[in-house]
Amino acid sequence: MGEKKAVVILLIVAALFAVVPFGLPRFYVYLIALIVTTGLLSTSLNFALGFGGIYQLHHAVFYGVGAYGAAVAITKLGYNPWLSFIIGPLIAALLSVIMGLICVRLSKLYFGMLQISLGSLVWAVVYRWYSFTGGDDGIHGIPVPEIIASPEGSYYFAMIVAALSLYCMYRLLNSPFGSTLQGIRDNAVRSEAIGVNVRRHQLAAMVIAGFFAGVAGVMFVVVDNSVFPDMMFWTLSMEITIMALLGGWFTLLGPMLGAAVIVALRTFVAAYTEYWTLALGVVCMVVILFLPEGILGYVQKISKKRASAYDRG
Amino acid sequence: MDFIAAICSPGMLCQVLVGLSRTVILFIVASGLSLILGVLRIPNIAHGSLYMIGAFMTFTVSTAFGAGIKGYWMAVLLAPIFVALISFIIERGIFRRLYEREHIMLFLLTFAFALIFGDLVKLVWGAEYRTVSMPRFFQGSIPIFGLPFPIYNFFLLLMGPLVAVVLWLLVNKTKMGKISKAAAVDREMVAAVGVNVSLVFCIVFVIGCYLAGLGGALVAPIVNVTLGMDHTLIMEAFLIVIMGGLGNIWGALFGALIFGITQSLGILVWPKFGIVFPYAAVIVVLLFRPTGLLKSTW
Repeated sequence: MGEKKAVVILLIVAALFAVVPFGLPRFYVYLIALIVTTGLLSTSLNFALGFGGIYQLHHAVFYGVGAYGAAVAITKLGYNPWLSFIIGPLIAALLSVIMGLICVRLSKLYFGMLQISLGSLVWAVVYRWYSFTGGDDGIHGIPVPEIIASPEGSYYFAMIVAALSLYCMYRLLNSPFGSTLQGIRDNAVRSEAIGVNVRRHQLAAMVIAGFFAGVAGVMFVVVDNSVFPDMMFWTLSMEITIMALLGGWFTLLGPMLGAAVIVALRTFVAAYTEYWTLALGVVCMVVILFLPEGILGYVQKISKKRASAYDRG
Repeated sequence: MDFIAAICSPGMLCQVLVGLSRTVILFIVASGLSLILGVLRIPNIAHGSLYMIGAFMTFTVSTAFGAGIKGYWMAVLLAPIFVALISFIIERGIFRRLYEREHIMLFLLTFAFALIFGDLVKLVWGAEYRTVSMPRFFQGSIPIFGLPFPIYNFFLLLMGPLVAVVLWLLVNKTKMGKISKAAAVDREMVAAVGVNVSLVFCIVFVIGCYLAGLGGALVAPIVNVTLGMDHTLIMEAFLIVIMGGLGNIWGALFGALIFGITQSLGILVWPKFGIVFPYAAVIVVLLFRPTGLLKSTW
C-alpha cells in the first residue's frame, strides 16, 4: 500500500469516528469510547506480549494503577485533573520498572506467574486500603475538566489520546528499538550473542507497555468517571490477552479489533443471559483451537497467499 | 518483648496451628498444581475451579447420603474422583491436541476452562453459598497446650504429611513416577524409547486435578462453599508454587508452610494488611533464590 493511499484511508477513518457522536445514541458513543479504551489497553499488552515475546500475564495492574493514580490525585490530593492525567501513566510506568526488575531475571512462564502474583499483591492492597482507594467500592463521580465531561467530550478525548498512543507505539515498533525487540522475541539467544542487552530491552518494552496501559486507565477515568478494584483483577488481564489473541498477535491493530468484538459481545450477550463468562470461555477456546493467528493474522495470511498466487500468474 | 510474648503464648500458638491446618489444604491443592506444572508445564488456572467443583460436589454427595459421618466420608471419596473424571475428559478431549503449541496457548486454554467451569457451577448449584455441616465425629476438640483445638483441624494437620508422603512415593518409587520425571526433562527422548508419553501426561494431569478436588472436599466443612472461592485460591496456590520452585512437591510443602506462617503472623501483627505478608515473603525468597526455594524441574 502506498503512503498516499494509507493517509487517505486514515483520514476517512478519522472523519468517520469524528462524526459518530452526531448520529448515534449516547449509549453507543459511550460503548465505542469504552471499546477504544479497552483496545488501547490490549494493544499496549500486545506491545510486550506479541512484539516483545514477554509473558506479560498481569497487564491489567498497570491499567488499574494508572486509573487509580489519576483518580486519587484528583479526588484525594486535589491536584489539577490535567496534571493527574499525566501522573497516572507515570505511576504505572514506575510500577512497571519495579515489577520488571523483580521479574525480568526469570524466563517465560515463571516470569508470567510471578507477575500474576505480584499483580495480585497490588490488587489486594488497593482492595483493603479503604481510606485511600475506596476499597472494593472504588471511587465514583470523579470530577473531570468541563470540556471533556460530556459523553461527546470524553469520546473525543478518548479518540484523540488513543490515536496518539497508537501512533507512538507504531513509531516505536518501526524504530531500531522495535526491530531489536522483535529480534529478541524470535531468538533471544542469538540476539544476546550479537551484543544486544536482552534484559534491558525487555524491561524497556515492559515500561512502555505499562505506561500506555496507564494511559488507557486515564481514558477509562474520563469515559466512566469511576475506578474500581476489578480493573486490576487478574481475570481482566486474561480477558485482554484473549482480545489480543482474537484480533491477531503480531499485528498492531489486531487487539483493537479483538477488543471491539469482545466488548460488544459482552454488552449484547449480557443483556440476554447472566452466563456471559461461559460464552467468553467458549469464544476463547474456539480461537485457540481454530484461529490461533487471530482475525487480522488470518486475513494477512490469506492476502499473502493470494498475492503470491497472483505473482506466479 | 510484649509482642514476642504475645506470639509465644499458647493461645497464639493454637491460632497459628489452626492457620497451619488451613494451609494443609493449600498445600494439597498447590502440590497438584505443581505436579502438572513440573511434568506438563501448564500453569493450570482451571485448578481453582476444579477445587471449587470438588467443594460443591462434597456438598451434594454429603447431603445425598445424609449429612452425617457416612455422607462426609463418601463425599471425600467421591468428590475428588468426580473432579478427576472431568479433568480426564478435558485432557483427552482438548489439552492433548495442544501440547505442541506455545505454553501461553495452553495457559489461555486453562483460563477458558476456568471461565466455563465458573459459569457451569453457577448453572448447576446456583449463586447462593452452601454449607457442608461438620460431622459430629469431628465437632469436638482436643486439648493442646491446655487449650481446646478443633478435631477437624487436627485431622487436616495429619492429612498434609499423608498426602505428601503418598505423592513422594508415587513420584519416586513407582515406574510411572520415574517416567513422568524423565518426560518432564525430555519428552522426545522418552517417547523415542517407546513410552506412551501422551498417556503419562494424562495420568499426571488427572492426579494433579484429583488433588484439587481433594482440597475442595477437605475445605468444604470449614468454609462457606461459594462462587468465587476459585479466584482467591488459585492466586495463593500460584504463590506457593513459585515460592517452592515450580514442579517440586516438597517445595510446595515449604511454600505452603511459609505462606501459612507469614499469613497468620501477619494477621496478628497488622490485621488489615495481613494478606500482604505472604507476598512480601515471596519477594524476599525470590530476591535470594530466583527460581524458588527448592530445585525447580524447569
